[in-house]
Amino acid sequence: MDANEFIKNFAAQFDDTDASEFTLETRFRELDEWSSLNALAILNMISKKYSVVLKPEEMKPTNTVQELFDLVQSKLN
Amino acid sequence: MNPFSLVGKTILVTGASSGIGRAIAICCSQMGANLVITGRNETRLLETFLLLEGTEHQQICANLTNSSELEKLIECLPKLDGIVNNAGIAKPLVLQLTEQKDVDEIMQINALVPINLTRLVLQNKKLNKGASLVFISSINGNNCAYIGSSIYAASKSALTGFMKAVALELAPRGIRANCINPGMIETNLLKSGSIGEDELEKDRLKYPLKRYGKPVEVANAAVYLLSDATQWVTGSNLLIDGGYTLQ
Ligand SMILES: NC(=O)c1ccc[n+]([C@@H]2O[C@H](COP(=O)([O-])OP(=O)(O)OC[C@H]3O[C@@H](n4cnc5c(N)ncnc54)[C@H](OP(=O)(O)O)[C@@H]3O)[C@@H](O)[C@H]2O)c1
Repeated sequence: MDANEFIKNFAAQFDDTDASEFTLETRFRELDEWSSLNALAILNMISKKYSVVLKPEEMKPTNTVQELFDLVQSKLN
Repeated sequence: MNPFSLVGKTILVTGASSGIGRAIAICCSQMGANLVITGRNETRLLETFLLLEGTEHQQICANLTNSSELEKLIECLPKLDGIVNNAGIAKPLVLQLTEQKDVDEIMQINALVPINLTRLVLQNKKLNKGASLVFISSINGNNCAYIGSSIYAASKSALTGFMKAVALELAPRGIRANCINPGMIETNLLKSGSIGEDELEKDRLKYPLKRYGKPVEVANAAVYLLSDATQWVTGSNLLIDGGYTLQ
């Protein structure tokens, strides 16, 4: 799994935050536009692009893109 | 005579292997109906079958989105006094990430199957005079909407439009058509998606009656619409939502 690709897919689920602002360190829950719509979109994106179906409870403890990346990665192994 | 009795009526219930459909089948059998139940999962369909009261029931396993299986089901059917179109799926998905195959999958079982099943029973003369057609729609798409449910909402409001025209066309034969619009009901459907248990708990509290509905509460409404108590009720959407859409 490629981290840059993941960041790109992740950033695509946001409208107001510029894609270039996203890094593995981004604390996505603190973004102004963060909402339940982004949360659902990210779960959908992970399911479509990585064939990993995460439960919302599993995503809940993640705060940075890195943490979410690691979670998806762990499901792929 | 109990006005809600279904004695002497033969009723087809789709999606009877789970949740709301199972409760409807059981309730109808308790009210004296002869059931034809259908679902995909053989084991769970049999479980429902064994829970039915009475002996004159039939179970037919079929994937209704497969047109040859649908046609085979139609062939096997006795003359019907009622149909509950209940089989359906929910798939929380933002439009932005929705693919054509997702649209097809949801529209197929939720809207096209009930439409084609109704068409085929009519064309194959499987409906008795005075029959009652019940469609399990939803508040979603008819009374409100949710994020991530655009296709589901479209499929459920399609049912309403279809039901209304059918109610008009079949009225001369005394055949009635109605929808039931449930709010959230405690079934496996809730677990299919992207809503976590604590979010569900928060959502339950948004209901004026402070909980989600139970499958049997939808089943009671189906009994009502299938029974002779509603011989003058056609073309309606029966709201069962614990007051959710009042706000
Ligand atoms: N639960 C709710 O909150 C809620 C609210 C409003 C409306 N509804 C509607 O109520 C209906 C029943 O939902 P539920 O909550 O009872 O869901 P459920 O427990 O998931 O049951 C769905 C039923 O539909 C059947 N089904 C699905 N795809 C099928 C196919 N291709 N061919 C044949 N059967 C198929 C399933 O059969 P197998 O299990 O055998 O595969 C199952 O019996 C649905 O139309 C749903 O949209 C539900």
